[in-house]
Amino acid sequence: MENEKILEIKDLHTGFRFEDKYFDAVDGVSFSLYKNELLAIVGESGCGKSTIANSIVGLHDKNHTRVSGEIIYDDENVVNYSEEQFNKIRGKDIGFIFQDPLASLNPLHRVGEQIKEALIYHTDLTKEQRHERMLYLLGRVGIVNPERTARQFPHELSGGMRQRVLIAMALSCKPNIVIADEPTTALDVTIQAQILDLLSELQNEIHAGIILITHDLGVVAQMADRVAVMYAGQFVEVAEAKELFRNPLHPYTRSLLHSIPQSDAVGAELNVIQGMVPSLKNLSRDGCRFAPRIPWIPDSEHEKNPILHQISRDHFVRCTCWENFHFENEGGC
Amino acid sequence: MSFLEVNDLKVHFPVRGGFFNTIQDYVYAVDGVSFKIDEGKTYGLIGESGSGKTTIGKAIVGLEKPTAGEILYYGQLVNKKRLRKKLGYNKEVQMIFQDVLSSLDPRKRIRDIIAEPIRNHEKLTKEEEMKRILTLLDIVGMPSDALFKYPHEFSGGQRQRIGVARAVALNPKLIVADEPVSALDLSVQAQILNFLKKIQKDFNLSYIFISHDLGVVKHMCDYIYIMHRGRFVEAGTREDIYNNPQHIYTKRLIAAIPEVDAENREEARIKRIKVEQEYSEKESIFYDENGKVFDLVPISDTHYVAIKNKEDLGYVENSIA
Repeated sequence: MENEKILEIKDLHTGFRFEDKYFDAVDGVSFSLYKNELLAIVGESGCGKSTIANSIVGLHDKNHTRVSGEIIYDDENVVNYSEEQFNKIRGKDIGFIFQDPLASLNPLHRVGEQIKEALIYHTDLTKEQRHERMLYLLGRVGIVNPERTARQFPHELSGGMRQRVLIAMALSCKPNIVIADEPTTALDVTIQAQILDLLSELQNEIHAGIILITHDLGVVAQMADRVAVMYAGQFVEVAEAKELFRNPLHPYTRSLLHSIPQSDAVGAELNVIQGMVPSLKNLSRDGCRFAPRIPWIPDSEHEKNPILHQISRDHFVRCTCWENFHFENEGGC
Repeated sequence: MSFLEVNDLKVHFPVRGGFFNTIQDYVYAVDGVSFKIDEGKTYGLIGESGSGKTTIGKAIVGLEKPTAGEILYYGQLVNKKRLRKKLGYNKEVQMIFQDVLSSLDPRKRIRDIIAEPIRNHEKLTKEEEMKRILTLLDIVGMPSDALFKYPHEFSGGQRQRIGVARAVALNPKLIVADEPVSALDLSVQAQILNFLKKIQKDFNLSYIFISHDLGVVKHMCDYIYIMHRGRFVEAGTREDIYNNPQHIYTKRLIAAIPEVDAENREEARIKRIKVEQEYSEKESIFYDENGKVFDLVPISDTHYVAIKNKEDLGYVENSIA
């Protein structure tokens, strides 16, 4: 029961078209999501983390993107699903929480109606039952006066309230998978804490698998069961959350953790990762993609064709450059 | 020595409505705050969105007209445009904005963007101006071929550096930095923070650092003000605020920061819920009947807390510990 696999992704490639050529923003990503698990995908902007999410639910414009690989949900490969087929699983089996709640709510409809929309499509509840369920959902996500909120328009609600409405919408049909794309980035810390607590509380209730996409390592440390660190379209390190923070191995993970303003080294110089995230077009696709950012590590440390190596039971690291990695100012060891 | 003094600053925005569009009510964005700015120090303003921290920043630079209170620059009032001009105040106090792209004119080249404050305040020949711009670009670590590019051609971190170059162009005394790194990725954020520290040392700058990220503020600031509902709820040095928070709102804010510590997350969660409960129970001690924050009361040389009776603190202290 605990280890029931609900989603499996094998060698996913998602490419965007620039002038008749496709450039892969997601380049060979494979992972599985289990029931009741919270998998966090972390990375900087442009590394492809949202692209994975959009590929799973088929939100890309088919004329400009190319998705290949396998996304197996319920024994079926959904990669080449048509729009109609996707509509059957979107909202029902897969719930989606977006970063910007105002942009994903319709400004012309009352929020109650918008929550009921998914229920109309995916359930055969009567009108009264739908209304009841909608009020229950609003109450469940911590809205004090559901009757009143249901009659309001999105612009009348605060950012935190909107995000709650969005969560209520995503969970309305008890999905098996919830994809939360930076759900708290636009919110204040106190409200962020409330929303995250709510999310994990609801997860315990409906036993969904959650994919949490974020760039905030603090959020990951507080929430995730498993973490995938992403750089330039690939996972560079996948591990259990506690293991990852206790024993980060890949140079990118270590550099990121190093550049957080830490409480114990107040006022000291922060670590800076040299160079820049390569753009999709200029990305060199051979060898270790992180190599240009750690030039002091000799080429011989990198693999020719880096793959994810299994280090321990739940810990995978790409390339071999982590073995003798040291920060530039530390000197060799 | 403090060169800027803010006394009982108030900024109220009228809410208009009704048939004749009359003033119905006010939003008390900033409602009586006082502080002093010393040379070469960094001051942090922290609070939720809507707590009035940006409004204070804007009022100091002169982009917002104070409703009441005074801003003194070396003892002289700078509330009015004319007064600011006379003292050369606008040259000495600059601002860095949160959303850089919208603060850079998309139709101007970097050269003209950085030159604008110089052209406004100093009379330089073309060659001298060019030389100054090149030094500025060098200070912020940008190549000289950036001169003739447009803002959209740069990445977020580079744009923020252009914003900084423009702000330091006139060797100001004080820079008001309004969430300078909140839109940036971690590694870029580290770059900008290091760099802000470096130019602070080089130019003996003061910063007012407005942010909601307590980790960043802790890293940068010497003295911290916590804002809520337009007033300060707590003020103190970095150690005072982080190691010995007294006001219930500060405690709540600190408890809500997600720590990069996966081992103790259950404890953190329990603590967060406890503090949240405490917050709703003890509200009457820290806020009056109308929800207004009390005046600041000193509890040590550097540490101030907004509370009605100092004695109440002991009671709260014991119940949390």
